Amino acid sequence: MAVAVPRVTRRRRERAARAGAGGPRYPGWLALPAVCWYLVFFVGPLGIMAAYSFAQATGYTDVSFNWNVDNYRYLWDPLYGKIFLRTLELALIGTGLTLLIGFPFAYYLARYARRKTLLLLLVIVPFWTSFLIRTYSWLIMLDGDFPLFRALDFDPEVLYTTKAIYIGVAYNYLPLMVLPLYAALERMDWSLVEAAQDLGDNALRAFVRVTLPLVLPGVLAGSLLVFIPLTGEFLIPAILGGEKIFYVGNLIAQQFGEARDWPFGASIAMVLIGSMTVALLAYARLLGKQEQYG
Amino acid sequence: MGKRLLQGHALLVYLFLYAPIAVVVVLAFNGGRQVLFWEGFSTRWFGIALRNPVIRDALENSLLVASLNAVIACALGTLLALALSRMRAFVRVPIDALAYMTLVTPEIVFGISALIFFVESASLVGIDSPLSVWTILVAHVVFNASVVALIVRARFVGMGQTLEEASYDLGAGPVKTFLQVTLPRLAPAILAGGLLAFTFSFDDFYTSFFVAGPGSETLPLYIFGQVRFGVSPEINATATMMLGLTLVAIVIAYLVLRRTEQGRRAAAALPGV
Repeated sequence: MAVAVPRVTRRRRERAARAGAGGPRYPGWLALPAVCWYLVFFVGPLGIMAAYSFAQATGYTDVSFNWNVDNYRYLWDPLYGKIFLRTLELALIGTGLTLLIGFPFAYYLARYARRKTLLLLLVIVPFWTSFLIRTYSWLIMLDGDFPLFRALDFDPEVLYTTKAIYIGVAYNYLPLMVLPLYAALERMDWSLVEAAQDLGDNALRAFVRVTLPLVLPGVLAGSLLVFIPLTGEFLIPAILGGEKIFYVGNLIAQQFGEARDWPFGASIAMVLIGSMTVALLAYARLLGKQEQYG
Repeated sequence: MGKRLLQGHALLVYLFLYAPIAVVVVLAFNGGRQVLFWEGFSTRWFGIALRNPVIRDALENSLLVASLNAVIACALGTLLALALSRMRAFVRVPIDALAYMTLVTPEIVFGISALIFFVESASLVGIDSPLSVWTILVAHVVFNASVVALIVRARFVGMGQTLEEASYDLGAGPVKTFLQVTLPRLAPAILAGGLLAFTFSFDDFYTSFFVAGPGSETLPLYIFGQVRFGVSPEINATATMMLGLTLVAIVIAYLVLRRTEQGRRAAAALPGV
């Protein structure tokens, strides 16, 4: 029984786990089924979509590959520019609203709340239920005939306006903002804030100088999680905007529906991914700076 | 004082999060024909919804796709998680990136590219309209395999290697070791991953919207089509049944994950998806 079993120290194992490695040994080729599925049904389609964006629709279903940038040139038009700007506005307002509502909430949860696990689960549950039903519910909530409004004899008159869309967006995307904010605030060492206050900072100053810099990565992560999917959002405008208010997502869906111009739709999607990549790179840069100075 | 204010705000946020869902559920039990005018408690709209052949077909499609999706995603995702943990970084990092990309790519972009892909590849072999429940299934598995892999891996990497090493030392091969040692320990994570994959597929709208064909309407697609004509007690009843089903799956998944220490990592990792 003198076989010396090399003991992996706990710390080393934890470090390996954080890097995404470790665990029992299994052969690498087990990854093949999933990787093949990704390549054929994910990478392949994205590639074909990219190729489509340089083709032209020639009939109801026919497409000819001319390999020119006509679709992109066609997209360079004030009409579409307006839709892109409106989408940017939606994404920015949605990010701002969820941050405004979500930050104080996450702050309370992380610093003061008891039974954090349960309270956090209560945030996650709506997030995992149907996006469609959550959006649909606001058709009822904002109706002028909603019992509360009837009792007050007041019609908010927001349904099928941009306001209804903003409410739907704030509602659906709030959990995506709260979770990374909470994760960042949860790691906060609150004695640092107390120290700042002992040394003469008032609460606001301590917040700006101590708390905010430390949770900024969480704020950035949450903003990104909300901002990126919002740029392609089309369900909330379709339902709460009554299909009258158009965003980039609606424009793309239209090309694959009534308009039936798939190559044009593909080029819009390409522009969407392109802008997203820029946003992600900017985020990575910001985060890098944060770590450098933070 | 600040704490009180924050507490009040948090209370309002929970009200904001749950009031709309509660309203749909409560109004599903309204006996009247008009959604917003209460005419007494009744479960009749559930019966009407369940007898509606269109809703039944949609429900069948949704259950079929979501169940098969969960099974396939569990198999692919678990194998991926097993393989990744001991791979060299230069292989692991690109595969990791690919799996994350399936989760962060906006669904509308993935949906249209899958649509183009299915139609183009089917026309190569002379099939006119490939869109069906099977195209929905194939597309759903793409991101759900990543969800399962993420959850299983969080448990797997934290569980140490000693038991498996012992099993190998005692002469068991990889298959036997997997079945007798690893699988029982991974079972909670796989189960939780499968339940989440089920609900993600069952609730999915964006991807299904593009790759569904005639006759393969799922419940969310049916509801979306009906919403154009306004709210109705039948939609409320259908939505309530959907909410009930996903809620049960989510709570089970969460409880199963929370029971184990490593599972906490998985539970914490997931919401960021």
